[in-house]
Amino acid sequence: MGRYIIRRLLQAVPQLFIISIIIFALLYTTVDPIAAMTGDRGKPRPETRKRLERKYGLDQPWFVQYIYWLVGNDWLMLDLDFDGIPETPGPRKGILRGDFGLSVRGPRPALEPIGEALPNTLLLMGTAEAAILGLALLIGVYSALRQYSIFDHFVTAFSFIGYSMPIFFIALFSLYIFSVLLRLLPSPARPLRTTEDFALALILPALSISFSSLAGYSRYVRSAMLEVLNQDYIRTARSKGLPRPMITFVHALKNASLPLVTLVGLDLPMLLGGAVVTETIFAWPGMGQLFIRSLGEDPAVVMAILMLIAVAVVIFQLLTDLTYAWLDPRIRYR
Amino acid sequence: MDTVETQRPALLRTTDELEAPPLSLTSLAWKRFRRHKMALFGSAMLIFLFLYSFGGMAFFSEAYANHNDLSILLRPPSAEHPFGTDQIGRDILARTIYGGQISLLIGITAMLVETVIGILVGAIAGYFGGLLDSILMRFTEALLTVPQILLLLVIAKFFTDPSRRIPDLNLLGRTLSGSVVIIVVIIGLTSWMYLARIVRAQFLSLKEQEFVLAARATGTPRWQIIFRHILPNCIAPITVSATLAVGNAILTEAYISFLGLGVQEPTATWGSMLQRAMAFHIMENAPWMWFFPSLFILLTVLSINFVGDGLRDALDPRSRAV
Repeated sequence: MGRYIIRRLLQAVPQLFIISIIIFALLYTTVDPIAAMTGDRGKPRPETRKRLERKYGLDQPWFVQYIYWLVGNDWLMLDLDFDGIPETPGPRKGILRGDFGLSVRGPRPALEPIGEALPNTLLLMGTAEAAILGLALLIGVYSALRQYSIFDHFVTAFSFIGYSMPIFFIALFSLYIFSVLLRLLPSPARPLRTTEDFALALILPALSISFSSLAGYSRYVRSAMLEVLNQDYIRTARSKGLPRPMITFVHALKNASLPLVTLVGLDLPMLLGGAVVTETIFAWPGMGQLFIRSLGEDPAVVMAILMLIAVAVVIFQLLTDLTYAWLDPRIRYR
Repeated sequence: MDTVETQRPALLRTTDELEAPPLSLTSLAWKRFRRHKMALFGSAMLIFLFLYSFGGMAFFSEAYANHNDLSILLRPPSAEHPFGTDQIGRDILARTIYGGQISLLIGITAMLVETVIGILVGAIAGYFGGLLDSILMRFTEALLTVPQILLLLVIAKFFTDPSRRIPDLNLLGRTLSGSVVIIVVIIGLTSWMYLARIVRAQFLSLKEQEFVLAARATGTPRWQIIFRHILPNCIAPITVSATLAVGNAILTEAYISFLGLGVQEPTATWGSMLQRAMAFHIMENAPWMWFFPSLFILLTVLSINFVGDGLRDALDPRSRAV
């Protein structure tokens, strides 16, 4: 088992390098962080710009910048006063030593804005994911027990619609109904100050996200349940005269929820990126909005967000496989 | 003779007599597909959507779709403008027609890009194996470690940079913003990974079979073994995946256009029409501006998913329904 974990982690290393190089090359050949950095104070003087470029390594080609980003440049002396003698050590430690670079807003460490946005995204996604799982289990189990009933057909049709529904449609629609027509919920243009504001603002985005994912999840539970319900041991349990709820929820559901572990394990880390579209529509101050806002001007933050997600994906994939092996003793990893 | 044959009880017949005349793969698939009511509904709906987007050209000119009339800003749906008008007085109905052309076109071409890349990567990795397989698969997995939409946004931002403007192009007698081509390419570039994995898995098992050995023994060139002998055996999963890819590409285009990084004005797509509706006062006071484009996207993607589901049932050799 230990060797399996180590092998998997080693396999992930080239994966992370490849994706970081691709994204870095795209970002650092597009964005002009100096313009964003001095944006409020107007155009920087040429010498200021040159000094800043030298300081942040922006005068180097992108692959040199990538190396600085990766391992830092504190082992290099920079010539910040342009007298031909390098005298200042480079300011960066590199991502391998936990330095994600500087956000141009401030400037401050890139992890700071992420630290502010992450709890909001986790709150939104946690609420949505809990709603999805709870409802998907209920709907999935019920429609599997009543296969080909009206309810089951309704759920099937509904899940096709939910699966095909662009998230902005359900988002705009629910926003229009609840916040404009019925005036039950505040408009997203309102600033979020109190806990109550947050709670009310949370409802619609969580609803939209759950709606579009619920469909897929409940289909999944349904088919897993159907497969398990046809197994011999369920028939045995029935013929022994076990009470129905016991069969359904203990014997069947326990085994049917196994594939769900995979689904959740692969989805969860992706949720860290926030629902870009939903957060934009509802002005929810999470990672998705931060990503969109940083895209044109703050490469360090974009890079940090994507790398955190990539690492989370790799770790969650491994955790999913391990959990699966732990839950299902028939599976062994070598 | 015939009458005697038919009078014999079914139980006494041999298996050969019980079998229906052999059906070709296509007619078998069509027979199964027809039984899938949702898939038939989806096909009919798709035909309607294509007629709407391309036949609509006969009723409204593109100049009319792009014509802004400042005396009719944000009018609700009426007899003259059935879907209403937008904030610079353009007719939404005409714009959904011309936007639909681009959305459908993007869906289909992005699917082609995706399918070609997916097949090439999957076939090469699966057939040759070894180091080449490792490299290609690490690359595939690397692209899967970040959400597609975020990767797309980064690439879209790279291409919308003013220094990399792509010239406009002419198609179907229309002048299109060059951003259409970029969107097609980048959607294709960021979505081929699942197909590549499917094709690779198929190749891994198929290349061990005798007919491949026979082909190799007779000295068939490698590319012929790959494309003429093995690939046709993977056609079922590829067809299903390609169908669903059209829907996904349309949805993806809508998302990035919605976020302002997709197809640029004045070329409309259903997604970019939504983006124009995003200011809060418009979303609130002029729901028709986002309702109709969203509805078209929903109908298209829904129909494609129905058809994909029907194809999956029809082409899957393990499915029992004949």
